[in-house]
Amino acid sequence: MRVRIDFSSLKQTSWQQVSVRFICGGLATVVAGLVARKYGPVLGGLFLAFPAILPASATLIEKHEKQRKERAGVHGEVRARKAAGVDAAGAATGSIGLLVFAALIAGLIAVHRPFMIIALATISWLLVSLMLWQLRKRT
Amino acid sequence: MEEILIRFLIGGFTVSFFALLGDLFKPKSFAGLFGAAPSVALATLALTVTKDGAQYASIEARSMIISALAFFFYACCLSWMMMRLPYGALRVSLSLLILWAVVAFGAWWMVLS
Repeated sequence: MRVRIDFSSLKQTSWQQVSVRFICGGLATVVAGLVARKYGPVLGGLFLAFPAILPASATLIEKHEKQRKERAGVHGEVRARKAAGVDAAGAATGSIGLLVFAALIAGLIAVHRPFMIIALATISWLLVSLMLWQLRKRT
Repeated sequence: MEEILIRFLIGGFTVSFFALLGDLFKPKSFAGLFGAAPSVALATLALTVTKDGAQYASIEARSMIISALAFFFYACCLSWMMMRLPYGALRVSLSLLILWAVVAFGAWWMVLS
């Protein structure tokens, strides 16, 4: 299946759902900062890879898929759960890219220009994730 | 208080941006990649480098390697359970956060503490 952009899916997302994700992301970032401030960067750093979007995304995908199937006149519960499962499998692939991101930052940020390393690590996350997704698709 | 508000806004914006990208792409397995985007890390590291320096950010990122591994287990289990068990996404994804915490803190305790 080819990768494509579907703008119509944005219409399905309500402002309430956008707000939930904004609040989850904001809270995760605040908690990471507060834990680092109180207990030090070793413990605080654990929260940098907190799955902040995934619960909200999985719930949203399940809901949208279920609604889509119900509009077509069929029960979509199983299909909806599977769609959320496929999305989570994609996140598992992306998390290996996240690991590469963290390793690059840990190894290089103190010895090179920090913001250049952050940009390089972000590009690496994307490239590693895309490569692994392609590999997974082929197998 | 001001720093907390700035963190909240930057974190909220970054996470929402990657979530929006995830909404846009099809198929779902590809869109899922954005669920593991370094959104919280980008927001935090940018502020950390500015305020505490690059060495501090490097120490945080070392711990992040461990929690990224925990994220991998979390996402694999979430995918497996959604495919095979008759429970809703909200219940499964929130319950599994305990797994993320156990793996992340357990590995941290064994390796870094």
